[in-house]
Amino acid sequence: MRSFYGSQLANPLMLGTAQYPSPAILEAAFRDSKAAIATVSLRREGAGGAGQSFWQMIRDLEVHILPNTAGCHTVKEAVTTAHMAREVFDTPWIKLELIGHTDSLQPDVFQLVEAARILTEDGFEVFPYTTEDLIVGERLLGAGCEVLMPWGAPIGSGRGLANEYALRAMRSEFPDTPLVVDAGIGLPSHAAHAMELGFDAVLLNTAVARAGDPAAMARAMAQAVEAGRLACQADPIEPRDMATPSTPVIGKAFLS
Amino acid sequence: MKIIVNGDPREVAATTLSELLAECGYSGRVATAVNEVFVASSARIRHALADGDRVEILAPMQGG
Repeated sequence: MRSFYGSQLANPLMLGTAQYPSPAILEAAFRDSKAAIATVSLRREGAGGAGQSFWQMIRDLEVHILPNTAGCHTVKEAVTTAHMAREVFDTPWIKLELIGHTDSLQPDVFQLVEAARILTEDGFEVFPYTTEDLIVGERLLGAGCEVLMPWGAPIGSGRGLANEYALRAMRSEFPDTPLVVDAGIGLPSHAAHAMELGFDAVLLNTAVARAGDPAAMARAMAQAVEAGRLACQADPIEPRDMATPSTPVIGKAFLS
Repeated sequence: MKIIVNGDPREVAATTLSELLAECGYSGRVATAVNEVFVASSARIRHALADGDRVEILAPMQGG
């Protein structure tokens, strides 16, 4: 089993902590999803100290913490944010996001590779939010990343795996690297799809947090990733163009 | 001395970063940057502030 910088995940689900209707619903969603990793962020602290109560709640979830650099558009900004996150969350893990396009939130892969190299040399364990581009993937591994997290579709779009062909190619090209579909998941079937392709985990947030019943959707996602993983391990049949009867033909009664 | 704290200009008596945090009431788990450069918590006590410095004080927050 491929590991994430030496850590085995009890469950192949990484769940975001944003956009839930209430802290209680966030906690219920985490409990029901059995997510092994919680993604978190850093923002300006107000006078009320809202960040401190959030931090206490996240610690109580007893999951791995994966801070992100969401919203960063430059290498400098992302690297500084990563340093701040490492100190606050006390982890070398960083979900490296370098946004290149305002509408699609597509990663700026050129800056991503540069920032990944700087952070790896500084002792970070980088989880890069990237595209499905194979050459970028190679460059990220060359920069020291040991995990790749290609998007399924734009963040928050819920469109599922927009480019299955490319994700299959990634799985084939990087057989030893943990791969995570990050972003674009809207339904449990999308999550199962990623796992059926042989991905090691799925990272999602909006699909659960913005569902009418986040805890129920969290349960559905947990079952979906488990089903997808089992299906991949079970060596599925190949699709074919023509029918093949599943009921034996030999022994059929002559009744016409 | 005027310091920009999280985007808001403030008149403060503090002369170091750790004094600024205390003066503004920050006591929990926060990370700091001065003029867009990260300042580790261990370095705050000796980080002297200058008039017009831009200080960012960040804390854990929800994220995806």
